[in-house]
Amino acid sequence: MLIEFDGVSHAYDEYRFAVRDVTVTLTERRIGLIGANGSGKSTMARMLNGLVLPTSGRVTVDGLDTARSGKEVRRKVGFCFTDPDAQIVMPTVAEDVAFGLRRRGLSKAEIRARVEAILARHGLAGHHDHPAHLLSGGQKQLLALASVLVTEPDLLVMDEPTTLLDLRNARMIADLVANLDQQVVMVTHHLDLVRDFDRVLVVDGGRVVFDAPPAEAIDHYLQLMASPR
Amino acid sequence: MSAAIGLYRPGTSLLHRAPAGLKLAALVAAGVASLAVRAPWEVAAVLVGLALGYALARIPVAVAARLLRPVLFLLVPLAVFHAIVTTWQHAVVVVGVILALVLLANLVTLTTRSSDLIDAVVWVVRPLRRVGVDPERVGLLMHLGIRSVPVVIELAERVRDAQRARGLTTSVRAFAVPLLVGALRHADALGDALAARGLDD
Repeated sequence: MLIEFDGVSHAYDEYRFAVRDVTVTLTERRIGLIGANGSGKSTMARMLNGLVLPTSGRVTVDGLDTARSGKEVRRKVGFCFTDPDAQIVMPTVAEDVAFGLRRRGLSKAEIRARVEAILARHGLAGHHDHPAHLLSGGQKQLLALASVLVTEPDLLVMDEPTTLLDLRNARMIADLVANLDQQVVMVTHHLDLVRDFDRVLVVDGGRVVFDAPPAEAIDHYLQLMASPR
Repeated sequence: MSAAIGLYRPGTSLLHRAPAGLKLAALVAAGVASLAVRAPWEVAAVLVGLALGYALARIPVAVAARLLRPVLFLLVPLAVFHAIVTTWQHAVVVVGVILALVLLANLVTLTTRSSDLIDAVVWVVRPLRRVGVDPERVGLLMHLGIRSVPVVIELAERVRDAQRARGLTTSVRAFAVPLLVGALRHADALGDALAARGLDD
């Protein structure tokens, strides 16, 4: 899918910019966004599904303007947040997965079948009726991911999906992402996760300061972080 | 606090299979009828009936008892008060009726998925659509409410731990302010998640 940022800025007020004049075209299957806290990478990610709209410029996904066609964009773009507790909106596991399938004109039986299938695929089959709050941290993130993937998005945007997880769970999420058919844009501080990606953008001060294959991009980022402000 | 969540015990008994709306209606009817109870033997009959209901739903006695513990703090002093001020018969009726209603409410919760209960409520508030109430929103609100209880409890525990780490303090404000800030922050994140998952689309 073609993602285009065209002269995109997002400003809180006249002086403070989260994202500043970003123009970039993304077509790769695996795209990483790395940068320091407050660099604007999260804001960029949120622009991909219209959660944050540019104050100037245009973001288009598959030719759809996120400001004008938010609904269509969100049908194509799934979003996975850092904190699964905020993302899981329903009290039980199956209900949460089914939430994303409302108003899609699916029959109850079909919703049930899809929910069962996705839970089985993510190793949550036995937790169908369990309250979401009793899951472990890793399981919660799996549930959050399952709830997004059940809607079959073409693009999956992940905002630091492993920041709250331990190494084992982080690796599990990484493996899962590696096996997805979808195009993925991932914001992360875990540089290992983007090492085998196709393209990595380094974001700093609201701008894309480096844009390259992972190895060079990560090197650039490490140098950037080592240099004094 | 977690009374509304995770209480449901899966089963196939008649009570499990009964429609949630019917069970809610029965609960309301029982509440109204409780005003007519006057004699201790009537209370005893109702309690026996409830015991049969618990048996039918195969709820272990331990589970039923555990759920009653919180109300004992109210019922025991109330019984003592009435036994002294009025008669023991009156004490039995007052306390017995409250006990019976709590038992019945717990039985409904134990045998009904919260989502089925919410669906029943959504069905009931449908006529309010004419005055601008969206029943689906009412249902979502209830789901979010139930979902938020454990999240806020966890938040409260984290705030308390943080307080402990800095030395014990009894200041209510030092507890309430971070809890409130945390809850509002969570609400923001939840709003983002709902938007991302297409709630308003």
